[in-house]
Amino acid sequence: MSALGRVVRAGVGRRRVQTAVLVMTTLMAVTASVLAVGLLAASRAPFDRAFAQQHGAHLTGQFDGTRATAAQLAATARASGVTATAGPFRTLTVRPRTASASDFLPAGVDLPPVTVVGRAEAGGPVDAIDLVEGAWATRAGEIVVADGELPARLGTRLTFPGAPGSPTLTVVGLARSVTGTAEAWVTPAQAEALTARGGPAAYEMLYRLRAAGTDAEVAAGRAAIAAAVPKGAMTGSQSYLVVRQQQTANAMAFVPFLVAFGVLGLLLSVLVVGIVVSGAVGAATRRIGILKSLGFTPAQVVRAHVGQALIPAAIGCGLGLVLGNVLAVPVLSEVGSAMGAPAASIPVWVDVVVPAAALVLVAGAALVPALRAGRLRTVDALTVGRRRGAGRGRLLRRLTGRLPLPRAVGLGLADPFARPARSGTMAAAVAFGAVCVTFAVGLALTLGAIQERRTLDSAGSVVVSSGGGQGPPGAEAVPAGGTADAPNAEPGDVAAALRAQRGTGRFYGTAQAEVSASGITGVTTVVAYQGDSSWGAPRLVSGSWLDGPGQAVVTTRFLTAAGIRVGDTVTLTEEGRQVPVRIVGEAFFTDGEGMALLTSTTTLAGLGLDAKPSRYYVQTRPGTDLKPYLTALNAALEPVGAVATVDTADSSSVIVAMDAVIGMLTLLLVVVAGLGVLNTVVLDTRDRVHDLGVLKALGMTPRQTVAMVVTSVAGIGLLAGTAVVPAGVALHHWITPLMGDAVGMVLPRGMVAVYDPPTLVLLALGGLVIAVAGGLVPAGWAARTDTATALRAE
Amino acid sequence: MTTTAPVIDIREVSRTYGEGPPALHDVTLSVRTGEALAVVGPSGSGKSTLLNLIAGLDRPSAGSVTVDGVRVDGLSETASARYRRARIGMVFQFFNLLDDLTVGDNVLLPAQLAKAPRAEARRRAADLLERLGIGRHTHAYPGRLSGGERQRVAVARALMNRPALLLADEPTGALDTAAGADVRELLTGLNADGQTIVLVTHDLGLAASCATRTVELVDGRIVRDTEHTAVVGR
Repeated sequence: MSALGRVVRAGVGRRRVQTAVLVMTTLMAVTASVLAVGLLAASRAPFDRAFAQQHGAHLTGQFDGTRATAAQLAATARASGVTATAGPFRTLTVRPRTASASDFLPAGVDLPPVTVVGRAEAGGPVDAIDLVEGAWATRAGEIVVADGELPARLGTRLTFPGAPGSPTLTVVGLARSVTGTAEAWVTPAQAEALTARGGPAAYEMLYRLRAAGTDAEVAAGRAAIAAAVPKGAMTGSQSYLVVRQQQTANAMAFVPFLVAFGVLGLLLSVLVVGIVVSGAVGAATRRIGILKSLGFTPAQVVRAHVGQALIPAAIGCGLGLVLGNVLAVPVLSEVGSAMGAPAASIPVWVDVVVPAAALVLVAGAALVPALRAGRLRTVDALTVGRRRGAGRGRLLRRLTGRLPLPRAVGLGLADPFARPARSGTMAAAVAFGAVCVTFAVGLALTLGAIQERRTLDSAGSVVVSSGGGQGPPGAEAVPAGGTADAPNAEPGDVAAALRAQRGTGRFYGTAQAEVSASGITGVTTVVAYQGDSSWGAPRLVSGSWLDGPGQAVVTTRFLTAAGIRVGDTVTLTEEGRQVPVRIVGEAFFTDGEGMALLTSTTTLAGLGLDAKPSRYYVQTRPGTDLKPYLTALNAALEPVGAVATVDTADSSSVIVAMDAVIGMLTLLLVVVAGLGVLNTVVLDTRDRVHDLGVLKALGMTPRQTVAMVVTSVAGIGLLAGTAVVPAGVALHHWITPLMGDAVGMVLPRGMVAVYDPPTLVLLALGGLVIAVAGGLVPAGWAARTDTATALRAE
Repeated sequence: MTTTAPVIDIREVSRTYGEGPPALHDVTLSVRTGEALAVVGPSGSGKSTLLNLIAGLDRPSAGSVTVDGVRVDGLSETASARYRRARIGMVFQFFNLLDDLTVGDNVLLPAQLAKAPRAEARRRAADLLERLGIGRHTHAYPGRLSGGERQRVAVARALMNRPALLLADEPTGALDTAAGADVRELLTGLNADGQTIVLVTHDLGLAASCATRTVELVDGRIVRDTEHTAVVGR
């Protein structure tokens, strides 16, 4: 090993604290950065790959066949910006019923309505259908269903009672459209045959556009197509960007906060590396002098110090790389399974570029103090002794000496002013940690609020199921067990039982159905409310909650997909019946992938559907003991055919995973900040070891020594922590809406404004905790320093 | 001014560091109240080790050290610190004043660490500084004073808590002749006022002029123990 190598190795081994700090710092920064960049790059990969392979449709358009002819629709291929088309395909929404028993279901079970498209072949210039199993439908009586959309296998027979002649079709294939342009495909002739006499004639056209990278470009393409057909003929459309967002939403939601942690981590790395290497140069001045006197050139001294930083940084990079890739596995496998593709992994270029960038940053941060070491004159380095910033902080020492405080505390309070630059870097490390804690606590509170209020059935403490085939909001509307749907209990009977029950506070009922909604491809889950549901309403982003018939509330994702705004009207269609509803509010909920439409039960009645609530959500009076309440209520509900249970909400695994990642990264960052403090205090204690010896010789006890050292960092911690809480809050307020954007949702104000005054006060103490935690260990070392040895120290 | 009561009672003390020869070997020594003991000897003879053992800064490998009735060799770190602040005053060769505290604050420090009443401590500090002729420097920083003045500040600080014992480690070692003489006179005066002093020095002249008794150490053993009757008789 060369002399330089030996010096570097000895430096790394000798300064274990500094080495550990550098390893932890780069580990945290690289883990967060690999996760952030990797998820950003990899989460969209399965969709983008499938989209490219299948020539996915940038835009799926729905058209009213009564306003535009097939020829007019075919002519839209020449619209500005359109490069390829498929269609027009006849499309209709029908409700199938199982005609044969299967592993999943017995015969005779009504399934949710499906969007069926008449398409002659699977291939084509746009949206080449990926046949997963079986064959394409080539003759009457055959149907291909979208993989995973219906509980059906090859050979399953489905009857369509709403179609003329109640035809029965056999499933001959399972297929997948990358943008979900249909839930089932039949031959064009079969599609014509399934269309109810007098029912609306609808067509679907699939487009690829010259420019489709952004929402604006897709919107421009849509406008050109709409202008190419008679006014009002285009009834709806769906951008592939919306589909991609839905497919990758969970993974993409990680990206904004991971980027924030990554940037914080890299900045903290630069700071800590600067602190550590500066400290190493300061503490090893005499050693540098010796090395130079032995013949080390300035360049070798610089390389030795940069090398001492790069070796632990490389170890941290390696560990961070492994941790980042391991943490990415569960998140990316979810994205892969959503596409029916193998789990994506972090791209190799991310594994190369991120650690390389981190090492360049570390080298850059180490270079400045290393150059200082290289420029040191040999004679100066050799003769350097105990140095202290003479003259600095004297006034503060005099002032604190007059405060009614224990002298050890007074000395500690004044200490940071003796070395303002070092204190400044320590304050910066604490500030990074405090920003991170504030940000992380805010994220946890926001995620907690989302977890608590993300589903529509989270209101109330008791839920009453009143029978019928409708599941809870968001559930598949497929009755299990194959038994015929029991009629719903009469709303009046259930309401009477609830009102009569002592302990009942307030309640409302919900019914659910699946219908077509204008502007939305496929079927839409409708959750219909009966009674005063304002207390159990989801959190609103804008507009107001339902307060009358003909109104609806939807999510931002629904509004975006349908291309509408609050105040616009959506037409719901079921078996030829149409009911318009006006969007009065924009809410946040995740039921039905955030695509459910909330309205009143009168809307369902208008569509000719069963509007009796299948569930009632009950808020009991304060102090009500749920066990006896449920016993008594169930006794009263039994005669009317309903049953009451405790309302338990499940937890989102994505949110749990986010909480875990946030917790781990925060812990790492706080540990690094604490180690930054520790390293600074160690340097300071070494510099002051002689003064410590004097104080101990004069009678300073170990406890007083600890108090002095801890006080010297506590003031900095408190000030830095308090000062940066607003920065942490601002970071949270900036990042959380971006997380919402990533999943196509706007977060309600109440889920973003999560910091209350007591929380802010506690967070202001975060810097104090980090500083004290970082200072305690070296304070203990200082207390245990041998006095006689310290007195001999220069 | 000496009495028969021993303020220091060292019995069969040895101190060994690692595998090397003992720094002190089976030393037994008694110092009476009011005595001024000079410990002399060549470098490495064990003088500083003996001083550290008396100050509670080090522990013997064998034997016992009792100072002012306190068994010093068995004290914990905290008890040792309290012992030093209550019973010991220390003066060092290089003064060991804290450069960023004023002269007054340096002198106050032992009283503040001992949580003495503030007003009383201030009066005591002012009194000591006046007595030692450096009252005008109360608000100055040590860096501005001469060596002799700094050593006077160090002595004032050592006397702040009225210690039973003043330990001085080469108190004139870093001073020029005039300042050395000044400090020598100061220590002689303090001893004349009844202050018990243990003085470690290379300077045989200092030992002869201000000590009532001289102990000579060689290789960790006491080879000579001499009473200076002329000084004792002052």
